[in-house]
Amino acid sequence: MYQFLYDLIGNEILAGLLVAVVPLTIILVFALFGIWLERKVSAHMQDRLGPMRTGWHGWLQTVADLMKMLQKEDIIATDADKTLYNIAPVLVFSGSFAAYAVIPFSSKLLGSEVEIGIFYVLAISSLVVAGILMAGWSANNKYSLLGAMRAVAQIISYEIPTALIVLSMVMLMGTLSLDKISQMQTSSFWNWNIFGGAVFGLSKFLLIPFMFIAALILFISTLAEVNRVPFDIPEAESELVAGYFTEYCGMKWGMFMLAEYGNMFAVSAIIVILFFGGYQSPIGYFGNSIGVQWLVPFEQGFWFIAKGLTLVFVQMWLRWTLPRLRVDQLMTVCWKYLIPYAFLNLIIIGIISLL
Amino acid sequence: MALKTETMVLNMGPQHPSTHGVLRLELEIEGELILSVKPHIGYLHRCFEKHAEAMTYPQVIPYTDRLDYLAAMGNNFGYVIAVEKLLGIQIPERVEYIRIIMAELQRIASHLVAIATNGADIGALTPFLYLFRDREYILSLFEMTCGARMLYNYMWIGGLSHDIHPDFVRKTKEFIIHFRPTIIELNNLLTFNKIFIERTANIGILPIDTAINFGASGPVLRGSGLPFDVRREDPYSIYNRFDFEIPTGKGLVGTVGDCWDRYYVRVLEMEQSLRIIEQAIDNIPEGDVHSAIPKRIKPPKGTVYARVENPRGELGYFIISDGNLNPFRVKVRAPSFVNLEVMGELCKGHLVADVIAILGSLDIVLGEIDR
Amino acid sequence: MKQYLKNTFDGIYTVLVGMKITFKHLFTPAVTIQYPDVKVKLPDRVRNRLYVNMDDCIGCDQCSRACPVSCIEIETVKSIPGEDLGITSNGKKKALWVTKFNIDIAKCCYCQLCVFPCPTECIYMTDVYEFAEYERSNFLYKFATLTDEESAQKKINYEKFQAEKAAAAAKPKPETPAQTENKSE
Ligand code: SF4
Ligand code: SF4
Repeated sequence: MYQFLYDLIGNEILAGLLVAVVPLTIILVFALFGIWLERKVSAHMQDRLGPMRTGWHGWLQTVADLMKMLQKEDIIATDADKTLYNIAPVLVFSGSFAAYAVIPFSSKLLGSEVEIGIFYVLAISSLVVAGILMAGWSANNKYSLLGAMRAVAQIISYEIPTALIVLSMVMLMGTLSLDKISQMQTSSFWNWNIFGGAVFGLSKFLLIPFMFIAALILFISTLAEVNRVPFDIPEAESELVAGYFTEYCGMKWGMFMLAEYGNMFAVSAIIVILFFGGYQSPIGYFGNSIGVQWLVPFEQGFWFIAKGLTLVFVQMWLRWTLPRLRVDQLMTVCWKYLIPYAFLNLIIIGIISLL
Repeated sequence: MALKTETMVLNMGPQHPSTHGVLRLELEIEGELILSVKPHIGYLHRCFEKHAEAMTYPQVIPYTDRLDYLAAMGNNFGYVIAVEKLLGIQIPERVEYIRIIMAELQRIASHLVAIATNGADIGALTPFLYLFRDREYILSLFEMTCGARMLYNYMWIGGLSHDIHPDFVRKTKEFIIHFRPTIIELNNLLTFNKIFIERTANIGILPIDTAINFGASGPVLRGSGLPFDVRREDPYSIYNRFDFEIPTGKGLVGTVGDCWDRYYVRVLEMEQSLRIIEQAIDNIPEGDVHSAIPKRIKPPKGTVYARVENPRGELGYFIISDGNLNPFRVKVRAPSFVNLEVMGELCKGHLVADVIAILGSLDIVLGEIDR
Repeated sequence: MKQYLKNTFDGIYTVLVGMKITFKHLFTPAVTIQYPDVKVKLPDRVRNRLYVNMDDCIGCDQCSRACPVSCIEIETVKSIPGEDLGITSNGKKKALWVTKFNIDIAKCCYCQLCVFPCPTECIYMTDVYEFAEYERSNFLYKFATLTDEESAQKKINYEKFQAEKAAAAAKPKPETPAQTENKSE
């Protein structure tokens, strides 16, 4: 994509900016849609209707909320550390935004074709931790502080199972590039990694159960990384009011929200790429069969977003089903359950891939 | 080498999502560990007891509604029983039956809120909405009968404000049929959910002797394993005619007397209340609910104490009459007030998140605590 | 180890059970309504805003005395012979001019205690519940049908009548019109 634009425009900076606009648009549109979806899903799960007044079934509600947020007075407590306080939301948002740079939405639409894509995502998403800690510390609010402490402990812990699963997948695929991983799972859903990958043989069938476990672990630990129920303890509203962003208001608060929803989709995208074939269609391409080649990337984009949204829906579904864990139990789940299972899984996948 | 650190004082409330009103908890914490908890009350003080001295006897009833506003029927019930005892009047059978049905419906409604908020505090918001849906049904039954949804002023001294609505019996039966599956659903969705169990089992264990020493009552006491229920120990109205069990905490998933036990006792009590309603609803005798209401309520000199089993525990009214139209003194023994005392005991050594779970399982209503 | 595996299994299984329930609810119709557009039908005994039908009020002050929060304020002036105030719908003869009948609905606790003692059933609760106001003073509902001048006139009439009567009897009776004494809280 960058190359294409560079050829077209011939200016590095302009091309780079244009490339950056695409994920930004996606993240914004997704956040708007995601918040609406969350409201509707929660409402219908609770036998309610949710927003109904703004537009058809309230689909403009988030836009209206955004308008409201933009108009809000920006209140900063006197005792807050203003510099950190102002930087924090930007940092959190940019952390989740930067992850989009390497996500291949389709074979043609990806920001940067870095070879170490998955590694980059893991690294850049840790930026969020710094932002959260800043937010919690600078606000000078005890609830924020507790929330930030919890968030940092949680996100850092849960990076380990995430990394272990990613490691086993990388080991299996032999590449760090998200685009290449997606390309390998082509042509039919049977070739997706969750079904043992594209290589046909005994190992494929042996891999299937462990792939399911791996996908589950990755899903759970990414859930924790984006602070969703049952791991939403950093912002547990019944304990810590709103956790690390208790003191924020207006658009700064909105940035945290954007980041949260951006992250939700980002981690779903990673799971989709690693296990569910990335942008590959499960049933072949319509464009190919009628011979209209330019349709294929659009179809890929559609499949990618559809798969991502499905996972986001599952995240929401879980959120509106489960209570939340306590902070020590959260650590128990991570260190005593997920990490041993992930390790075992890593070893078994390693052995199988040697077969 | 131990690092010398300071403890932090965290004010939870009076504006906080899960202090159930305007309770302020002063937590002394070290990291997330609770060192001590001090409840501060009084943010909702409305001088009920002083007010009552200036009111005539019937006029006090609307005020009793506002004590435990989630169980107003029970509050009315206790007060009218006390005054009736003072007056020494007999009330018609029909009134007794209707009162018991109302009190039990109210118990279910109140337990629904208790369970729902306990779940919501722990993070399960969906069961909250499901339970409130069913509570609405009960409130509609009340609204149909007396016109109000929360503050009924329904039970009067010697009778009731309104007779039941012609549709009441049918709708109550409908409710029972509709409500039983909800309990099962609740158990599947929340009660036996692993995360919920983890959050509540072995948390805030209240040993039975501590519970008795603190004077706890209601589900808090029964959760600790003592089957004490005023309906059985000191039957008022016509409770001795009905067959019901008194569920107690058994330590099914943890230790006896933990948060989960207190929670589960409420779930089981709803079932028992349904049983009482079922026994009563078909046997409501004919009669006039107004016939025994005295024209002028002027009890003789004397004192009286009457207690009822409110959803939150033993609610007692102590009334001194000096022979006037106004009571000389009305003292309320509010169950939540007594139950809240154990808070400090239960929270020691737990985490901040557990405070919420414990508070939820004690199920306090600030209207009653502060009066 | 067994406990460990059981915990893992329980954790996943109970979550799935919960998810099944919530998924089922995703397709059950909503139980809520779109409030300002759709309104529930209130039962006929519903207790909301008070209304006083002044045509029937005989000014007996019973409602005011029953009210636990003293939010009804009634002032009356006795009629003089020759004035016909009409009769109420259930046949009671009116004898008092109600010069003031204020209900401070902001104080009212909707207990309905005022409704029962009324001999003519003219004070009752309606099903109007949407009456929010921006000004608290707007909650003071004045039901008296007489204008200020009229009530002043009635007062003067009555005093005159009293004076005349006193003069006639040469022995004035110390009587004042029935008045509500409002205990302030
Ligand atoms: S409803 Fe109750 S509070 Fe309201 S005016 Fe009547 S007696 Fe007073
Ligand atoms: S009780 Fe009825 S008739 Fe008497 S003053 Fe009140 S409204 Fe009028």
